[in-house]
Amino acid sequence: MNKPMKNPRQPSMGRPIKKVKKGTFSRVIKHLFSFYKAPFVIVFICIALSALAGALPALFQQSVLTDVQDALDFISFSAKDSERQLELLASWGLSASDITNGGLSPMAALKVVYPSILSTVIALICVYSVGLIASFIHTRTMATVTQGFLNKMRNLMFKKMQSLPIKYFDTHTHGDIMSYYTNDIDTLRQLVSQSIPQIITASITIVTVFFVMLYFSVWMTLLVLLGVLAITLVSKKIGGGGAKYFIRQQQALGKTEGYVEEMINGQKVVKVFNYEDNSKKRFEELNAQLCEDATIANKYANTLMPIINNIGHILYVFIVFVGCLLVVLGVPNVSISGMDMSIPTVIAFIGMSKQFTNNISQLSQQANAIIMGLAGAERIFELMDEESEVDNGYVTLVNAMYDENGNLIESEARTGIWAWKHPHGDGSVTYTRVMGDVRMNEVDFGYVEDKIVLHDISLYAEPGQKIAFVGATGAGKTTITNLINRFYDIADGKIRYDGININKIRKSDLRRSLGIVLQDVNLFTGTVMDNIRYGKLDATDEECIEAAKRANAHSFISMLPDGYNTIISGNGSDLSQGQRQLISIARAAVADPPVMILDEATSSIDTRTEALVSAGLDALMQGRTVFVIAHRLSTIKNSNVIMVLDHGRIIERGSHEDLLEQRGKYYQLYTGSFDFDE
Amino acid sequence: MKTIKKLASFVGEYKRNAILSPVLVSLEVIMECIIPFFTADLITFIESSMGNREGKIITAWLIDLLRGWGINSNLGIIGVYCGFLIVFALLSLMFGALAGIHCSKASCGFAKNLRTELFNASQDFSFENIDKFSSSSLVTRLTTDVTNVQQSFMMIIRTAIRSPLMFIFSIVMAFLRGGKMALIFVVIVPVLLFSLLFISRKAMPIFRKVFKKYDKLNGSIQENVKGMRVVKSFVREEHEGEKFRGASEDVRDDFVRAEKILAFNSPVMQLCIYAVMVSLCLIGSRLIISSNSTAFAIGDFSALLTYGMQILMSLMMLSMIFVMITMSSESASRICEVLDEKTTIKNPENPIYEVANGDIDFNSVNFKYAKRAEKFALEGIELHIKSGQTIGIIGGTGSSKSSLIQLIPRLYDVTEGSVMVGGIDVRSYDIRTLRDAVSVVLQKNVLFSGTIKENLRWGNENATDEELIRACELACADEFIRSFPDGYDTYIEQGGTNVSGGQKQRLCIARALLKKPKILILDDSTSAVDTRTDALIRKAMREEIPDTTKIIIAQRISSVQDADVIIILDDGKINGIGNHDELLETNEIYREIFTSQTKGAKVE
Repeated sequence: MNKPMKNPRQPSMGRPIKKVKKGTFSRVIKHLFSFYKAPFVIVFICIALSALAGALPALFQQSVLTDVQDALDFISFSAKDSERQLELLASWGLSASDITNGGLSPMAALKVVYPSILSTVIALICVYSVGLIASFIHTRTMATVTQGFLNKMRNLMFKKMQSLPIKYFDTHTHGDIMSYYTNDIDTLRQLVSQSIPQIITASITIVTVFFVMLYFSVWMTLLVLLGVLAITLVSKKIGGGGAKYFIRQQQALGKTEGYVEEMINGQKVVKVFNYEDNSKKRFEELNAQLCEDATIANKYANTLMPIINNIGHILYVFIVFVGCLLVVLGVPNVSISGMDMSIPTVIAFIGMSKQFTNNISQLSQQANAIIMGLAGAERIFELMDEESEVDNGYVTLVNAMYDENGNLIESEARTGIWAWKHPHGDGSVTYTRVMGDVRMNEVDFGYVEDKIVLHDISLYAEPGQKIAFVGATGAGKTTITNLINRFYDIADGKIRYDGININKIRKSDLRRSLGIVLQDVNLFTGTVMDNIRYGKLDATDEECIEAAKRANAHSFISMLPDGYNTIISGNGSDLSQGQRQLISIARAAVADPPVMILDEATSSIDTRTEALVSAGLDALMQGRTVFVIAHRLSTIKNSNVIMVLDHGRIIERGSHEDLLEQRGKYYQLYTGSFDFDE
Repeated sequence: MKTIKKLASFVGEYKRNAILSPVLVSLEVIMECIIPFFTADLITFIESSMGNREGKIITAWLIDLLRGWGINSNLGIIGVYCGFLIVFALLSLMFGALAGIHCSKASCGFAKNLRTELFNASQDFSFENIDKFSSSSLVTRLTTDVTNVQQSFMMIIRTAIRSPLMFIFSIVMAFLRGGKMALIFVVIVPVLLFSLLFISRKAMPIFRKVFKKYDKLNGSIQENVKGMRVVKSFVREEHEGEKFRGASEDVRDDFVRAEKILAFNSPVMQLCIYAVMVSLCLIGSRLIISSNSTAFAIGDFSALLTYGMQILMSLMMLSMIFVMITMSSESASRICEVLDEKTTIKNPENPIYEVANGDIDFNSVNFKYAKRAEKFALEGIELHIKSGQTIGIIGGTGSSKSSLIQLIPRLYDVTEGSVMVGGIDVRSYDIRTLRDAVSVVLQKNVLFSGTIKENLRWGNENATDEELIRACELACADEFIRSFPDGYDTYIEQGGTNVSGGQKQRLCIARALLKKPKILILDDSTSAVDTRTDALIRKAMREEIPDTTKIIIAQRISSVQDADVIIILDDGKINGIGNHDELLETNEIYREIFTSQTKGAKVE
């Protein structure tokens, strides 16, 4: 095989994560931002607001509980002479002496502190309302932004993909290309809809809670940080160990699934050779290994959460204990607020430590997701950065007609006559009628630079001639046609179409003038009619049916349950190979191009069906220049010229009779004493 | 339900782990619920002892007990409480970690058993069963579906136990601690529950629909990638782009619709948490003061906040689990379909272990692939072949040539009539014995990843190197194998992608020859081999294994023309039977094929 090798198949489970290039993240953001400027800003603000609303309430809670404690103090004669308490009392016309002399009744104490509590709660409700509204707006906007973003990315990718040269598809497996749309888009979705918002939320929460903690007490903040440190260390240790086994699990999974795939696909052979027991045994081994690796990997993953959770609980105990010690022993507090340590503050810390640690582990979890997401984004950008097919052609295909002087002129309407419109440097334009005259002069070509697969190919195809290529797989037959329709490009001037250097012809116009029928038929989901119309999008139903009749496809299509409206799905797997080929011939017929390329169009059809298809093909070839590649010589015997290709060289050429007379390779081939596929 | 019961049986030897895991999880939950309970008492104790007042302490008996033991100082009591709490936390850690370990063992073991059972079942499938499922769907069931079910299983024995328990214990504890105050949960829980249900009820059907559309979208991309040469040849890049944009936007709109509904989830959850906080601040604080912290204390306030979070989170988890389990239930039922499938071809009760010779008889055989099929694939087949004969079969695609020969090694069973090998109905033989005696080289043949030697030994595990070479010589494969740098140890890639079509076919023939069969069937197995080599292989077979009955299906007349008997199949019926000359004389189809293939060769 001289064609470029396809990438080896990737294991089914995920692709290796490599280091993410710098700039990928900013590129994702840039794309997001350029698509959705206003929503993007709104979402950001809303996320920030709702994170704040979630982080601040510790302040309110502490204030309410302080009020409660004051009230309790009033009741139980134990008022400290704090200014705060005195102020509260004064506002009700009471003084410290009123308390020390017997205390207030609970109801009276309640009356004293309740206005303060009420105003705190109202403020709290306000904060919460803002948070709720913000959260509501951001989650809903996010749905639009995420899906809209993915849609735009998909469209960009698809559009880009359409513009890539055939070379790209020859050198990448379909699975790899598909994975851009499935795996990579999916990681991108995770990144945009979850990771990024969560990282923003977590960061804002962490910073806010951190300052609220400092507001209350530096000592307690240090204690919480110590706890966070412990949690980070433990999760790093366990997580690191887990990662190693997780990779092993993925490898074992890939191996097992690969084996399953191979055995199931070859299962009929397994049965024929009574190989069931052997394959079961081997599977047992792989499966046991997988189970072992998966168990270890899962053990790490499953124990991580309880361990982290319970370190959190231990931290919780320490906060209560240390906090209370600080209160009981009256250790001087250091804080932004200048507040003393108190029980309400300790309670606030219980909640805050939980919030703080949760968000830190959230951050570390998302870090992984971000790396995965960026790796996906990077692959998508790789696709977007692939070089598109370049087309510097300026000669275009136009409808033409002859004026009264017999000169070829351009026409608006379809005339059935086509011409090449050739603008020249001096501003003049010439028209050349499209005839289908193709010439190649001493063409050398290689898919890879240092591996030449075509040597010195020259050929002249006059309008209406049938040119056949015969040769082994890899002899270069398809390569020649790849050059004619410019799927691959070669140096200037070596191929001429109606006397025009094909590199000057716009690719889309060049290809429109060439019809192609391939061995592997590709039909598209849709009706039979849609598939035929693919050749000429503005063709009427009548034209399509007419083309189908010419291609010998009409009779079987009429027998289909819904005739021309029968839905074809899954590449037409309900139809026979021959029927699919007939539809593809009708598709080419409706396009009505001056030049046809038939690449092994009848190879995978048995001889009897071939007779039917051949009749269709013969009708199609009528009056066109045709390039035929065939394995079976019976299909090409009536060609004007047959070229025998061997290792990229034309070794014999001439008509069937000429070649038989030469008694060369073709003769051997024809008499069956030689075959190329060796 | 039946599905679950069926799948549950595959826990097998991991039953202990599967039971221990939820038990340990329950213990963990209990510990986790006790910790806030104790902390509440601790806080209230500190608070009230500082203010020299009474507080509501539920574990007052413990303090009394401690005092009885001579621990009088408040600090001492605080210390003991903290000690208790740390013990609880450590216990909880231990239970949780152990639960995680048992859960891993149980779920991975469960998946292993499931995979083994599925794989074994699929290996025992007959051709009919395989056709029914298709290979790719069997692979999916063995891979993705098992993984999904494994995940769900893990969820069930861990999280699905944990969440409801957490919910119940937290509610109980909340009432123990908060008394009347816990009534707020009676209001909030149904609100959340209802909203979650409502949201998922609304969103799930849309999701289900859009996932199907999404699959279709990806299908159309694949179609486009595969047909890129066609797209480019017809210059339909923009047309395809338009088509794609439409479909992609459609998918987007549906996703947005579903996700917008789902977007209510988090604000609703927040609303509930906020409501707990506000009512505690508003009502709880009032309750503390008015009862002078005898009915509700500061510690209770803090505990209720914690329980509130736990209750709401467990509800949230529960709804997530519900969604995930519903999603994987489809996988589960797909797996069960495979497990429930009974292989259609089984050994008879007293099988015969010896095949006498290579005689083959078809006695008025009718055959169709599916019971419901209207048309017979083979109809009225009457054939009698003597041991050692060479039979050629020829006919168009769809004329059921392959169906015919697949009845001989009992790859399918006849619908009516009987097929006999060595004078005995094939259904009376031990299947293994029969298939060892009848060697088929299938049309769609595969080589497996491994060396050439390993592949050949599929035919006979104990074949010596000499035997391997002998078989390859017969199949005209020895020469090219030796031209490889690694010779017989050349590694064949999966699917045999690194050998040419013709080479692959010859390796497959050699592999079949190694079985030393009484009947050898070549189903279009030399189509990629050149005519000369094809002739050489046939000659070798005629001379080297004369006693073996040989059946050759071919497209080329030249492959069958020297056979003893040639059978023309047309539309599932025998259209003609005889040798080359007879058929040329009498059979129209044969003549037609012959002329189409040899036209022009007569020129000289």
